[in-house]
Amino acid sequence: MNSFITIAGVTLIGLMLLVLIRVIKGPTVIDRLVAVNVIGTKSIVLLLFSGILFGQLDMFVDIALGYGLLNFIVSIAASRYYQHRKCLEQKGGNS
Amino acid sequence: MEYAAFFFIVVGLIFFLGTSIGLLRFPDFYTRMHAAGKGDTLSTVLILAGCIFAVGSQGDLNWILALKILLIINFVFIGCPTATHAMMDAGERAGAKPWNKKGENK
Repeated sequence: MNSFITIAGVTLIGLMLLVLIRVIKGPTVIDRLVAVNVIGTKSIVLLLFSGILFGQLDMFVDIALGYGLLNFIVSIAASRYYQHRKCLEQKGGNS
Repeated sequence: MEYAAFFFIVVGLIFFLGTSIGLLRFPDFYTRMHAAGKGDTLSTVLILAGCIFAVGSQGDLNWILALKILLIINFVFIGCPTATHAMMDAGERAGAKPWNKKGENK
């Protein structure tokens, strides 16, 4: 079971790197925001995987919950901030 | 119990593969947002369910732990789409025009 969890964790990190490409390439700021939100929710899962591997999952579950809440709040705050700045949209030309 | 963990985690990873590919290949902000918001929530919930079974198969699953993981699942179910909606709203207000066949973001 533990070896399977490590394999799943490694593939998860690989897929997150794929999403990271979108963060780098994204023409507009809000594309980057979306990709960062995806990476944020995926790091909750990674936290749980490492919790299972290290044995004491109780601690990691709380950390993952805290991290998930923070990620959610940052997404809301950043989207509220970026919605009033007209100049940023399509500044980098269409993708 | 162990096979249930395998099944859920693999299916969750497959969905996340679809999400990341969708995020990369879609031409426009809205379509990318669609792929990211939907697939991301579903794959997270599936993998977390797999985690519960994985811990259960290791034998040290007390119900408090399962309850906490269920709490995280519920939070992701409620929180992630709301965040996606807020970002979509921000994109709409900042003037993202939907992509159409003829011109790019005409």
